Amino acid sequence: MSRTRILALVGVLVVWAAVSYGNRMLGVMAPALLPTPGEVATVFAETVRDGSLPRHVATSLARVAVGFGLAAVAALALGLLAAMCVPVRLMVEPIIEFVRPIPPLAFLPMFLVWFGLGEGSKVAFIGYTTFFPMFVAIAAAVLRVDVTLLRAAASLGAGHLDLIRRVILPAALPGIIVALRLGFALALFVIVGAEFMGADAGLGHLIMEGRTFFVPAQIVMGALVLGLLGSIVNALLLATERRLFRWREAGATS
Amino acid sequence: MKIRVRGLSRTFVAQGRETPALLDVDLEVAAHEFVCLLGPSGCGKSTLLNIVAGFLRPTAGEVRVDERPVTGPGADRGVVFQEYVLFPWLTVVGNVEFGLRLKGAPAAERRGIVARYLELVGLAAHAEKYPVQLSGGMKQRVAIARALANSPEIILMDEPFGALDAQTREVLQDELGRIQRVEHKTVLFVTHSIREAVYLADRVIVMTSAPGRIKQVFTIKLPEVRDRFAPEFTHYESEITRVVKEEVAKVHE
Amino acid sequence: MFLSSVPEMMEWGLRGASRSRRDALRWRLASLAVFLALWSVAGGLVELTKPFNPLFLPAPWVVIGALLDLARKGQLWVHVAATLERVAVGFSAGAVLALALGLLAGQVRAVRNVVEPVVELLRPIPPLAMLPLFIVWVGIGEGSKVGFITYATFFPMFVTTVHGVAQIDGRLLRAAQSLGARPRHLFFRVILPAALPDVLTGLRLGVALSFFVIVISEFVGAENGLGYLINDGRNFFLVPQMLGAALLLGLLGYAGNGLVRVLERRVLRWQHPR
Ligand SMILES: Nc1ncnc2c1ncn2[C@@H]1O[C@H](COP(=O)(O)OP(=O)(O)OP(=O)(O)O)[C@@H](O)[C@H]1O
Ligand SMILES: [Mg+2]
Repeated sequence: MSRTRILALVGVLVVWAAVSYGNRMLGVMAPALLPTPGEVATVFAETVRDGSLPRHVATSLARVAVGFGLAAVAALALGLLAAMCVPVRLMVEPIIEFVRPIPPLAFLPMFLVWFGLGEGSKVAFIGYTTFFPMFVAIAAAVLRVDVTLLRAAASLGAGHLDLIRRVILPAALPGIIVALRLGFALALFVIVGAEFMGADAGLGHLIMEGRTFFVPAQIVMGALVLGLLGSIVNALLLATERRLFRWREAGATS
Repeated sequence: MKIRVRGLSRTFVAQGRETPALLDVDLEVAAHEFVCLLGPSGCGKSTLLNIVAGFLRPTAGEVRVDERPVTGPGADRGVVFQEYVLFPWLTVVGNVEFGLRLKGAPAAERRGIVARYLELVGLAAHAEKYPVQLSGGMKQRVAIARALANSPEIILMDEPFGALDAQTREVLQDELGRIQRVEHKTVLFVTHSIREAVYLADRVIVMTSAPGRIKQVFTIKLPEVRDRFAPEFTHYESEITRVVKEEVAKVHE
Repeated sequence: MFLSSVPEMMEWGLRGASRSRRDALRWRLASLAVFLALWSVAGGLVELTKPFNPLFLPAPWVVIGALLDLARKGQLWVHVAATLERVAVGFSAGAVLALALGLLAGQVRAVRNVVEPVVELLRPIPPLAMLPLFIVWVGIGEGSKVGFITYATFFPMFVTTVHGVAQIDGRLLRAAQSLGARPRHLFFRVILPAALPDVLTGLRLGVALSFFVIVISEFVGAENGLGYLINDGRNFFLVPQMLGAALLLGLLGYAGNGLVRVLERRVLRWQHPR
């Protein structure tokens, strides 16, 4: 973490504490509405102690992992196929354009109707949501592969399979990894919504419970945990990316 | 003849309109000969080279290499591009040994060949660098080493030094001349620089403005190691300049 | 083999030969026709053979019928208008805030140093997680829905705007100054036009995100709106109504995106002159 980050974190905490404790003293709005950092920390400690927070986190992460994993495999296979096979691309592109503008959350109730209230509907919904953007980004990354790279390899004796394995895949890999990173962020985005509706576990459920029983501190705590999870995963993926793609950095030392 | 181009034409279709880029070109290149192509911008030099390389298919006519018709790119014709096309995810070594790996050459053999050609282009000290860490001139040296390491009999070069500054350009011309005296490849070399053509070529072919045909052929009778300031050199230079200018003027009419 | 062949790859790369406009249109129509045909056949088969309740997979005409029904009863427009109004108000507020703050932060180092880290801190929190907080604060009425859209759309629009200003080539500013530009001129004649491409990209993201999140806030508590229509359909098992409303949302999002595109084409003509 850079110094500005830490300063910002401290600053936000101080402002938040000042506003919430000040509100408590001056009584501008009902104290319960504006939880203090202390209250949020207490909720956090309690839910960790009774094991409910780890359970919710594990549930959400499991749903995200399975749904995202399935979608990633499908997007990779179909994205590569669509990019390397012109008729498939011409057939699939308009359908994607037709379906894509529909906000995925609009289909959430449909998934509940189709797959029931259990795990199936959440996993399928995450898969559905993350598939399209990943598919589009992966196909685009493959299509961006420069024709001169293909020509250079072919004039060194590369055949069809060599071109795919030794040129197209490595050249598209950075774009593919970015697509996966975006897909994962999206999965964390929508799992909350999926768990708002008919779930009995998961961080989304925890947050909704905070609303139902009027515990704003629990909402804030859930939101912060989600943000933290997203940041951690993102940082991990970025670090992997940087290691994997040292060749893109001008200052890299061998 | 090593390369035989006969009746070659190529038309491009863009936005429903047909533009002829090459019209009925005949050309022969003997084994171990260094031939330079000159001509106004857009006259079809790259198109011709790309057809010989097997990247583009002709509309009419054919290209034969060792009397066998060309149907696609192959390891028998190495190519060096203007825009330093290196595989950015491979190190210098990885790039140079790319073709050897495709052939399945054993590691020890690869190592020897790579070392030899990196030495030849003066990059032995940069073997483990990635292309982003190299200057333009170094990148083009890697591209030349990569083409040579694959030991093709023919090398096709499309303005390989076009993007370099004047000094680096002359240094690389010297190097290429030196390499050619060792390797004796059959070379087809596209350039815009008449000096470069006279310095390197056994024969210089001037093309007409689009659609490209052969306008005139000059055989350069100068010693192997050339002096850019010798009177004979400048004589060829001004002679060819005159012919090229006629064609360039037509483009602007 | 139906993958691109090596000769095709050599000539055009993976994109394939460029296609005439009419050819492209033909493929597009064929593709959509196949899609609708498959959907119709599937819906029709389910209707006939009843492997499960046909309600689960209504054919296209059933979905359109449901929409027409709602339109006849005069309800459809009420829902569409409600959603559109929320999106319009929430998005506009978000855009104004993001642009104002973004342009300021892009220029004034001090503002940027304060605002940017805070934004970076809040951005990883999925906006949906904050929705219940808005409901608790503002109640379930219009305020929470509009406010939530504003909150959610602010982040991407702010980030792209700051980026748009930050990426401006310093030489451009110096060139303008040496031609006698005053700070006011610099802002209106150099910074704004140069940042515009990024700003418009941000607006497009914002529009998409508005439709993305309005649905869920209309699920959670609303008496009208397309999201309400979908959730209501779920409670009463009206799958055609759910699909119809989803399609309409897609259409609205598509139109919104198209609007920004048109705007882009007008004000960014210099990027693609013809
Ligand atoms: N892929 C293509 N599609 C359509 N037209 C093309 C294509 N490639 C080349 N052309 C056209 O063919 C003609 C010859 O192009 P070519 O690139 O061979 O010229 P050149 O002699 O190499 O020019 P330069 O010296 O500028 O590199 C030009 O008019 C060009 O516009
Ligand atoms: Mg050219």
